[in-house]
Amino acid sequence: MSPIIEIRGLSVVFDGFRAIDGIDLTVEEGELRFLIGPNGAGKTTLVDVITGLTRPTTGEVVFDGRSLAGLREHSIVRLGVGRTFQTSVVFEELTVLENLDLAASFRRPLWSLTRRRRGISEAVADALETTGLRELADRPAGVLSHGQRQWLEIGMLLTQSPKLLLLDEPVAGMSKDERERTGELLTSVADDHTVIVIEHDMEFLRRYASQVTVLHEGKVLIEGSVDQVRDDPRVQEVYLGRKRGDAVSTGS
Amino acid sequence: MNLTRLKGPGLFAAVAVLALVVAPLVLEPFRLGLLAKYLCFAIVALGIGLAWGQGGMLVLGQGVFFGLGGYAMGMHLKLVDAQGDLPDFMIWSGVEQLPALWKPFANPVFALAMVVLGPMLIAAVLGLLVFRQRVRGAYFAILTQALAAAFVILLVGRQGLTGGTNGLTNFFDLFGQDLAADSTQRGLYFVVAIVTGLLYLGARQLVGSRFGRLLVAIRDGEDRVRFLGYDPARVKTVVFAISAGMAGLAGALFVPVVGIISPALLGVVPSLELVVAVAVGGRFALAGAILGAVVMGYAKTSFSEQFADGWLYLQGELFILVMTLAPKGILGLAASARDALARRPRRPTAPKPPPTDDASGRRVMEEVG
Repeated sequence: MSPIIEIRGLSVVFDGFRAIDGIDLTVEEGELRFLIGPNGAGKTTLVDVITGLTRPTTGEVVFDGRSLAGLREHSIVRLGVGRTFQTSVVFEELTVLENLDLAASFRRPLWSLTRRRRGISEAVADALETTGLRELADRPAGVLSHGQRQWLEIGMLLTQSPKLLLLDEPVAGMSKDERERTGELLTSVADDHTVIVIEHDMEFLRRYASQVTVLHEGKVLIEGSVDQVRDDPRVQEVYLGRKRGDAVSTGS
Repeated sequence: MNLTRLKGPGLFAAVAVLALVVAPLVLEPFRLGLLAKYLCFAIVALGIGLAWGQGGMLVLGQGVFFGLGGYAMGMHLKLVDAQGDLPDFMIWSGVEQLPALWKPFANPVFALAMVVLGPMLIAAVLGLLVFRQRVRGAYFAILTQALAAAFVILLVGRQGLTGGTNGLTNFFDLFGQDLAADSTQRGLYFVVAIVTGLLYLGARQLVGSRFGRLLVAIRDGEDRVRFLGYDPARVKTVVFAISAGMAGLAGALFVPVVGIISPALLGVVPSLELVVAVAVGGRFALAGAILGAVVMGYAKTSFSEQFADGWLYLQGELFILVMTLAPKGILGLAASARDALARRPRRPTAPKPPPTDDASGRRVMEEVG
């Protein structure tokens, strides 16, 4: 196994506030890594840096042997990094099928997009199957429920066969059933993809995570298996200690 | 299913027959000329529909590209009329030598190419600069409007080069045809109508393709599109350039049809009027843009014939009404009416369908930190 992504000495400072304060993180190819931490730990900022939305103040991100410094968002996607967002954004006026097809076509030259779509490509059909959205293929994405939108987003990523998937709180705001289905989806996706999941939901973490990295105040607190992390006194202090409210709140 | 599939082409054929057969038979030459003029505006409107309705780029300065096309055509016609001499207005302005800028326009191929390529090139350069910096929304709209204002100042200021406030007029000869003859004007009408139809079909093809889906996706979530691996700046630049090319072509057709191109025809106000027309017709459908331009053009002419100043107020009022009450314009109203009629006989007590307001349904992705 070789590292798919290496983050070295990364810091992000917003107006004097150190959102990320010297993080080193390596994720191996094929891994399913959970990234947790209380509010303001820097989880989403970390994903933003990897995907080019936020520029690091110091340090660098090396993806698949290549530094991502200075690359724009779409170029990073083209290298094989896909992400979802906390508040899922799908294109409401396009149908589920069109959303997936648009994602799947991202490597085509622009001029070839001016031809009308005929049929359904294999990648799109697979994604419809994996996400269980086949029945809704011709409905506008605007009618989807919150859970279905997240699945559609994940499906859109899958059509692009990324080398690394970054999922930002995929089960936030979901019902119990939806969580369960998302968990199954995640398990099947993780079979043949490298995935980093940001998650707040401890129950979800216990069921589906193996490797966990805990962030706290912009630093890596501890890295290890779920059990190791759960039993670590520092993690307990961060989550359950002095400030009681932190453990149950969401967002970052 | 078969019926609905036929409805689009059927309607298009009906409109084509109306425009190419009925109108030339029924309308007197003066009115046919006016219709040709409205269709020139409709071509600009089509470009606005593409950029604004589909792509979300509110273009308030299409007059610039209309003008570039119009002046390119006008310069050529002036040079042909001058027969190797200086164009009349240059002599009046005391210009003694043909400016270098004018010289290549004596060549009809160059002039016709510049009609489309000039506006497209300028729009492409501007688009790349602006869209790469992620200038959009109101800022982009203001920028295009400022461009229109600046263009007019430039044209008025360079009297000897551009004819100043009067612009270019007094054309006599169009590729060997007498411009004043009814037959020439009639032929021009057919050219304009056919060009409008072809551009409409081309634009429809674009909107129906993956490219069109991508454009709508950019309109509704530009930031999200980036994370699908597309560069929105490129797509928007292409569409902005296409809409500019359409405006340029419209300007070039306008010149022989109406017989003049001047700053008053392409400043801020005429540019805005066309945007209003597109909104009134229905900006989310290409047909709405064309319909709006023709209807508003016709309304302007007939209303101004009776109350000279009233039109401006009526136009403003209409715009406010459309934006607040019917954001999808005339076409949107027609569609709602059709739905209401189709629903009534079956279920008299059916609840009203939820409002489908596109403007409020739009979401901007929050950039989380």
